[in-house]
Amino acid sequence: MKQIDEANQEALRRMLSGDPVLVDVVPAAQAIPALKDRMILHAGPPVTWERMCGPMRGAVMGIAVFEGWANDLEAAAALASDGAFELHPNHHFDAVGPMTGMTTLSQSVMVVENRTFGNRAYCTINEGLGKVMRFGGNDEEVLERLAWLRDVLGPAMGEALRAGDGLPLKNLIARGLSMGDEMHQRNVACSGLTLRELSPALAATSSSTEDLSKALAFIGGNDQFFLNIAMAMGKAVMDPVRDIDGSSLVTAMSRNGTDFGIRVSGTGDQWFTAPVEMPEGLYFPGFTEDDANPDMGDSTIVETVGLGGFAMGAAPAVAGFVGAGAASDAANYTRTMGEITIGENPEWTIPALDYLGVPSGIDIRLVVETGLAPTINTGIAHKEPGVGQVGAGVVRAPMACFTQALEAFAESVGVS
Amino acid sequence: MSTVIVNDVRRGFYLDSVALMRFSRTISGLDGVEEAALMMGTPANREIMSDAGLLDDAGRAAEGGDLIIGIRAENKSSAERALAESKALLDQPTARDAEGVAWHPRTLRAALKQEPDASLALISVPGDFAIAEARKAIRRGLHAMIFSDNVDVQEEASLKQEARDLGLLVMGPDCGTAIVNGTPLAFANRVSRGGVGIVGASGTGTQEVSCLISQYGGGISHAIGVGGRDLAPEVGAISTLMAIDALDDDPATEHIVLVSKPPESDVAMSVLSRIGKSTKPVTICFIGAGEMQMPANAAQVFTLKDAARSALALGTDAVENAGAATIEVPKGRGRVSGLFSGGTLCAEAQVIFAAAGEDVTSNAPVPGVPKTDKGSEGHILLDLGADEYTRGKPHPMIDPSVRDEAMIEALKEKSVGVILADIVIGFGAHDDPAGHFAKLLQENATDICPAIVASVTGTEEDPQVRSSQIAKLEAVGVHVAPTNADAARWALSTMRARG
Repeated sequence: MKQIDEANQEALRRMLSGDPVLVDVVPAAQAIPALKDRMILHAGPPVTWERMCGPMRGAVMGIAVFEGWANDLEAAAALASDGAFELHPNHHFDAVGPMTGMTTLSQSVMVVENRTFGNRAYCTINEGLGKVMRFGGNDEEVLERLAWLRDVLGPAMGEALRAGDGLPLKNLIARGLSMGDEMHQRNVACSGLTLRELSPALAATSSSTEDLSKALAFIGGNDQFFLNIAMAMGKAVMDPVRDIDGSSLVTAMSRNGTDFGIRVSGTGDQWFTAPVEMPEGLYFPGFTEDDANPDMGDSTIVETVGLGGFAMGAAPAVAGFVGAGAASDAANYTRTMGEITIGENPEWTIPALDYLGVPSGIDIRLVVETGLAPTINTGIAHKEPGVGQVGAGVVRAPMACFTQALEAFAESVGVS
Repeated sequence: MSTVIVNDVRRGFYLDSVALMRFSRTISGLDGVEEAALMMGTPANREIMSDAGLLDDAGRAAEGGDLIIGIRAENKSSAERALAESKALLDQPTARDAEGVAWHPRTLRAALKQEPDASLALISVPGDFAIAEARKAIRRGLHAMIFSDNVDVQEEASLKQEARDLGLLVMGPDCGTAIVNGTPLAFANRVSRGGVGIVGASGTGTQEVSCLISQYGGGISHAIGVGGRDLAPEVGAISTLMAIDALDDDPATEHIVLVSKPPESDVAMSVLSRIGKSTKPVTICFIGAGEMQMPANAAQVFTLKDAARSALALGTDAVENAGAATIEVPKGRGRVSGLFSGGTLCAEAQVIFAAAGEDVTSNAPVPGVPKTDKGSEGHILLDLGADEYTRGKPHPMIDPSVRDEAMIEALKEKSVGVILADIVIGFGAHDDPAGHFAKLLQENATDICPAIVASVTGTEEDPQVRSSQIAKLEAVGVHVAPTNADAARWALSTMRARG
């Protein structure tokens, strides 16, 4: 018991001492040398083409066309079904990706460095709203946008970031929390703050006013631009917490649209998986829960670091997705997550909760003991490939992941 | 019938997208509305609305800073009604269904964060988990009161040993009643404060004694519950001894009352020897026990009523019998059917019946009284809170309807002359047990009915108010005795008078 508590305190110390800085944007192949041709990184724990949900398949088909591995979507599907692509979780390559989470070699990835520990994590650039690949969209419009991100915005951001000392994220997020962001469904403030920070360097390093104008408009027009930065930040902060003997803290939560998976510090890289659940939420006009795909994406790394559903009290409007939608409901989500975490983050506080620090360090023992699964704020994809986002809501991590993890953890510390 | 699309655009009007999605859901659910959305007019949103068949020219012309109301309805009047409703929602954007919700901690850890100065944890969880929760409490330096029952006695013993080593008191498991510093916990009553400290291994016993002390003009310093098995040999009275120590040290306590089932001789010895060392006078009621050798400072009594009287130095063995004379019993009916919700109240009645030499049995017999079986012909006094009646059901003090079936049966039974019952009120109890009892009697009354004799355990300050509970009973002809012991005696003397 005492050893577990000590291991968890060390884990929490590492978590809270992380210093994540957005330092660069580079092609994925450069950031992740192991990422080869015809390799596709996806969200969540490992999954085969056969078990992939609709939007994930749609994204695989789209990204194969984008990379030039197939001439059209149909051909891409045939290749995928023949096993022509190597499929791996982002998490196995220091990366994360929202929703379908496609990462392939030519895409631009943002690089977040944890300066305390020297590790780096990667995430693609957020595509914006509407029909996008992260929600399984794969038509020409989607692929053209990806090409622009690869050819124009990515290099521009990279150059701008390299011109300075990078963009420190910890205090930026602290400000975002006080401005109503929870960094999963709400990123308006942090997206704006990022634009404000990056604009001078983008202007200074740009050779084309047209490209610059388009870049600024794209970032400024995307309320969720910061989500992917927050995700890479989460991954960069949580990775040094991995592999601490005897620690029962969760280091990653992730879903592929079929399975939900978690990793625990003391049990290394093992995934504990269970079928994903359906989010409860609100739908865009023309869509209902019958259209919805189950929960998906690596974005739950945001909850793993204490944001998103754990910081709901900072973004009361988000509580409107479920229940009565009162501000006190939002506060209660945050306080309830305090039941399953071992500490609070003194640098990320919520003014409306008397500067309560966001609940940090999910302990699988507390999850199983209380029966309270982590609350996750999420977007909802259409279940068919190619359609895109149909709503947003709140979902719980499946309890079975935590009970399995606890059994394996108990074995790892010699308790049976 | 053709569908109608209505758009309305508010220039430069911003509202949060989640709030708008909630409004959209509300408007979509109105009669005659096929689909509806309220959205900011960004290009992406206009595309979504267009795909959903919600836009006309007005909506298509909107810009990012404009709010579009798009409605597709079965007919013009439905569309207009929905539009009016949408505008009303926008003009008063406060969500009407949004009410503040208080947060309640779900774990001891979170509760302590909220109340760091707490010194006692009340544990009421299924028995399998009670010990684990109690260990968490004592390891955080809290005294524990365990309401839960069905806990293994060895586990109880080891928990209490650990707590004793930490200098902490464990009340329970199966501790139904305590009053600490004037605060009633679990099933307890609002009694006057005063100089009598109670150590109780029985919940209803503690309730009856504390209420009577209050009724007689005295008061309670603390009532410490120890759980029904604390005096069992496995546990060895750990909590009882600690409670006596605590009351001995407490300057507000002038007299100590101990209420329990009769302990085995080893345990009785150690408890009595500890009591002998006390500087305070002690009253001991081992309900159902015979006469025992007492230390010089202790007096043994045999009923709860006498425990209360002895604590206040009033005379014992007093019978308030005036009410009994007016009770009439149908001819040819010689049995008393006792239907108790309080286990110790049932035991007290048995003690009185047995002392009078009556032929009495019970499902929860005190020493010397046989267990009821099919052939039992004498008086039968039932504890309806016993496991066989409460498995999977609430206790009759919480849900008085647990007694209904037995009551209806006793009312019909031609050999029953008197039904003897208890009504227990206070915190934790049903909000109107006498009202329930009276209604049942009225609905099941026949021309020839047994007499009903009852008492009410409680105080005027309890939420149910003792006098108003008594009034409800008397209004339907129930003979209400001042105490449970008197009720038992009334029932007996009535049967004897007619026999």
